[in-house]
Amino acid sequence: MVQPLDRLKESASQTAGPYVHIGCTPNFCGIEGVYPDDLGRTMLKPETKGERIRIVGRVFDGVGTPLKDALVELWQADAAGLYPSPQETRGKADPAFSGFGRSPGDMASGEFVFDTVKPGKVPFKDGRPQAPHVTLWIVARGINLGLHTRLYFGDEEAANEADPILSRIEHRSRVATLIAPKTVEAGLPTYRHDIYLQGDRETIFFDI
Amino acid sequence: MSGGSFYQRDRTWHPPAFTPGYKTSVTRSPQKALIALDNTLSEMTGPVFGHGTLGTLDDDLIRNFASDGDPIGQRIIVHGRVLDEDGRPVPGALIEVWQANAGGRYRHKKETYLAPLDPNFGGCGRTISGEDGSYRFRTIKPGPYPWPNGPNDWRPAHIHFSIFGHGFAQRLITQMYFEGDPLIWKCPIVATIPDKAAIERLIAPLDMANTVPMDSRAYKFDIVLRGRRSTLFENRMEGN
Ligand SMILES: [Fe+3]
Repeated sequence: MVQPLDRLKESASQTAGPYVHIGCTPNFCGIEGVYPDDLGRTMLKPETKGERIRIVGRVFDGVGTPLKDALVELWQADAAGLYPSPQETRGKADPAFSGFGRSPGDMASGEFVFDTVKPGKVPFKDGRPQAPHVTLWIVARGINLGLHTRLYFGDEEAANEADPILSRIEHRSRVATLIAPKTVEAGLPTYRHDIYLQGDRETIFFDI
Repeated sequence: MSGGSFYQRDRTWHPPAFTPGYKTSVTRSPQKALIALDNTLSEMTGPVFGHGTLGTLDDDLIRNFASDGDPIGQRIIVHGRVLDEDGRPVPGALIEVWQANAGGRYRHKKETYLAPLDPNFGGCGRTISGEDGSYRFRTIKPGPYPWPNGPNDWRPAHIHFSIFGHGFAQRLITQMYFEGDPLIWKCPIVATIPDKAAIERLIAPLDMANTVPMDSRAYKFDIVLRGRRSTLFENRMEGN
């Protein structure tokens, strides 16, 4: 026998179920008056620094149906590449930027939307810059453990090419599942990013 | 508070993505291997929600939606601590909860169960853990409910929990069950967890010591989030 490590086990995950919006975005699902606003609904203030962008997409199941009961969360650095977090030691992030967004997805189309700013570059562990990206976390009925993925920007070709994470993904054809092409919709730079849970186009999900 | 990367998640302890006994998982489970990603700042950092986020009734589901009286049902207190895998308290963790009413009915457009809505019960609440990781909220005990999976599947009474720790890699959603509920061991969603010990950790015992006499019973539910390495022996990032 050896000494025990005395480490606790993480609480096991359970699905968010069909009614995750009751707990996470109650105003969205008609439970009004409990919270003044849904958490993560607004990431920006008028004085937030950076280029305004919109991120739009849907989450598809294995038979090609968009999920209408998913919850997508987004976490990102500010325009200067700083995180509004106590773990951020490189400088002070823009106080007018939350970095955190939460979108319930449209009840009819399932489309999630984030109005945010384009993030700056954040270093990899060895100091090399990562390409600008946002982290996405997806939960829904039928998803037993929340799925972590990233969105990279289609107009950052050189940075994506040099990115320490993207460049070491072995199956090159799958890298495209993480890169959102840029369009302009209603005058706003818009990145369309559909997420596929299964199938030929299955999005890359990370074990982080 | 140390700020290193998080211990690797034990994915044999969590439910796998594909669990055919829970039918919805069949078309919503990724089939390709996850790609391992060494934590970067993007995963080690996470949003911070101060106590200013909270309203005074956010942790009181008996009162936060009530319009003309108390909700029907058994009054309970749910309390516990948020810890990391090293047993250290996790202060400042935002905990959001949602649940059915005493009859097992959710306040949601898509909910079709015939049990009635309770006009005084919304079913959502939230709180933030204190310096010692402790949290508590007051609610009514949710009822079990049937759901379309097998021809006759029922969910045990449960409260859904969403927890933010200090890093986005700690993000967790789970469910709390109640000691002594025979439906726990018949539930296909509970059964997605392969290890009985992991299931038992989600079952809150009755806690008479924290019960309020002539008012509310208490259930104790500790939550464990991923632990993180000390930064001391990690590669220093450029500019640090
Ligand atoms: Fe439920």
